[in-house]
Amino acid sequence: MTKNETPLWEVFIRPRNGLAHKHCGSVHAADEVLALQAARDVYTRRGEGTSIWVVPSAAIVASDPQEKDENFEPAMSKVYRHPTFYDIPDDVGHM
Amino acid sequence: MGAAVAKDILVTFLLRLADDHLVLGHRLSEWCGHAPMLEEDLAMPNMALDLIGQARALYQYAGEVEGRGRGEDDFAYLRSEREYTNLLMVERPNGDFAHTMLRQLYFAAFMEPFWQASANSTDERLRGIAGKAVKEVAYHIRHAGEWVVRLGDGTTESAGRMKAAVDALAPYVDEMFESDGVFSEIAGAGIAPDPHSLRPAFDAIILPIFAEAQLEWVDDPFAQSGGRSGLHGEDMGYLLAELQFMQRAYPGMEW
Repeated sequence: MTKNETPLWEVFIRPRNGLAHKHCGSVHAADEVLALQAARDVYTRRGEGTSIWVVPSAAIVASDPQEKDENFEPAMSKVYRHPTFYDIPDDVGHM
Repeated sequence: MGAAVAKDILVTFLLRLADDHLVLGHRLSEWCGHAPMLEEDLAMPNMALDLIGQARALYQYAGEVEGRGRGEDDFAYLRSEREYTNLLMVERPNGDFAHTMLRQLYFAAFMEPFWQASANSTDERLRGIAGKAVKEVAYHIRHAGEWVVRLGDGTTESAGRMKAAVDALAPYVDEMFESDGVFSEIAGAGIAPDPHSLRPAFDAIILPIFAEAQLEWVDDPFAQSGGRSGLHGEDMGYLLAELQFMQRAYPGMEW
């Protein structure tokens, strides 16, 4: 009975050419056409965008917050993955 | 300039157009904070601001042409009901969401061909206003049109409300296309199209949307008229009371 007539959509806006679409929020809408319109009305009122993507929130597969530690802790100790870990000889100049 | 019409004809024409936009913009703004969902609560004031922006540009121009020192605020806040010459449709109370969307679609479908033709106006100022408005009105058609389709071809409840809106607004459609001496002089000088000539373009926008929305067009034999000569419905006074209250109560107030 309680069928959701206006599911949630995630909104991604690209501010300028050359930049990536960035997640900026979500809207409720009956379908993809209305979702785009709603995203335009809600998130580009101050000239924020040149392009909009909307994606059904249900289509997004998210990592489990419960698994945060096993997912992300192991990377914390691997400082050698950052370029700043290495000393660059002066002769090399800017890399 | 170069417009070959008398000053008062041009002012009368500009005020009609400006009044349509201000009054409909005001009606739409009444939804602010009351829309059925947040998305529409932003969308309707967005469109209202487009309309009020267009009204401002037209009032400013009218004031300059008139040359009696009146500006946009004088026209908006200090004229009486009889001096307003907007279409009766735009002053109709909002009704439900279906009613508001259909009224928006009708007005936008009337104005889009109007602005398109005005993009080639002999009047430079109107050309400028049209250039901006034509993009705004295209979005209004899309937004309102998509809702009319979804509500008309939606649930039993939404289809019933959409049909009721079609019936309720039917008497106010023909007035948009009425012409008179002012409009024909303006059209003759190449300033803007005669409203009478816009009906086919209006139908070309509305009828496909109605077909998709499973709505039947109804011709109303009791078409209402009078807005252009300042004769309004009983709701207009209440609208102006709210619109003008601050300037009437505190003359010259600024904020």
